[in-house]
Amino acid sequence: MSLYAVQKLIYLLNRDPLVRDQLANDLEGLLAQYELTEEERTAIRDPDIGLLYVMGVNGQLLMHYAAMRGFEWSAYIEAMREGERKYGPVRTGLYTSAGSRS
Amino acid sequence: MSLVFAGVCSHAPGIVGRKDRADPVLRDGLYAAYDRMRLAIEATRPDALVVIAAEHFANFFMNNMPAICVGMGEHYEGPIEDEAWLGIKRTRVPGDPQLSKVLIEDVMNDIDLAYAQEWKFDHGISVPLHFLTPRYDLPIIPVNINCQGPPLIPLKRCYEFGRALHRACEAVPQRIAVIGTGGISHWPATPDSGKINEAWDRDFLGKFIANRREELLAYKDEQTWREAGQGGFEIRTFIAVAGAAEGHTGELWFYAPIPIFAVGCTIAVMNLT
Repeated sequence: MSLYAVQKLIYLLNRDPLVRDQLANDLEGLLAQYELTEEERTAIRDPDIGLLYVMGVNGQLLMHYAAMRGFEWSAYIEAMREGERKYGPVRTGLYTSAGSRS
Repeated sequence: MSLVFAGVCSHAPGIVGRKDRADPVLRDGLYAAYDRMRLAIEATRPDALVVIAAEHFANFFMNNMPAICVGMGEHYEGPIEDEAWLGIKRTRVPGDPQLSKVLIEDVMNDIDLAYAQEWKFDHGISVPLHFLTPRYDLPIIPVNINCQGPPLIPLKRCYEFGRALHRACEAVPQRIAVIGTGGISHWPATPDSGKINEAWDRDFLGKFIANRREELLAYKDEQTWREAGQGGFEIRTFIAVAGAAEGHTGELWFYAPIPIFAVGCTIAVMNLT
């Protein structure tokens, strides 16, 4: 359920200005509302886009979140590549590199 | 009165948000095709535009995911994305809740639907509207087919939804245009963003414009995922439009892989007359 909670929080951040305000003003309080591991809290907090990608966060959720956190397009793509180099292949989900699907 | 227009178009966020990074010849060709589509829609004098889209978690999440949901709001807002990133300012778009209600009630004779009186648009609808209704003055009826969070609705049900929608449109006095928006093969939101299987796309589009139902419904998600990316699940929106235009064929007005837009950019229109 933990990945589910990560994605639920990102979903709400992406669509709800009030949740975004919480991110800006009370990040720890916001994170405490969700059943997250320390790795997940860190990935959302930093944000570590590469780690979130490798965890298996749905790519559309992550793309919007990266944009909201100020990642320019090329930096966002590179962050995912860096995540694969640093943490290994995507652990679960549909959004994996094409080469891993054969 | 009738379904007066049916077509499909791409909705990728880069089409507007990264327009300055694309091959200008291809980009301008795509933009010209959108404009041709806008003029064609306007020529049919529609009272409303039904947008069958594949959203990306703007409204629906895995806590309560409808297979198909139809908007029934007075108005809608969007895009949810960062305005500078998408290149589209947030705005309010009119709806037509009474027309939505009538269509939903009719379609539900054949297809179970969810409905929503609140709806935020993401690039799946905001990018097409940016080109097709740039004054945001035409009532919109948004439809979402879940293409993101499996289990996904079978393709044959998408076609049946389109058929039911057509029948519902024939039963109301309004003139209704419908578009499907989505990608064909693409690997968006991965490090392989920009990868496009042009042969797969052209094969699919050939079946789409010929409206060969059995061939369209023969696609399997697992194979689509491997050959056309997870973005390929969005063929559901095209197949719904094929169902809405059953018995009619179409024309491909534009197709070009534009990697920085992360999709084979497509404009196609069904000949309903």
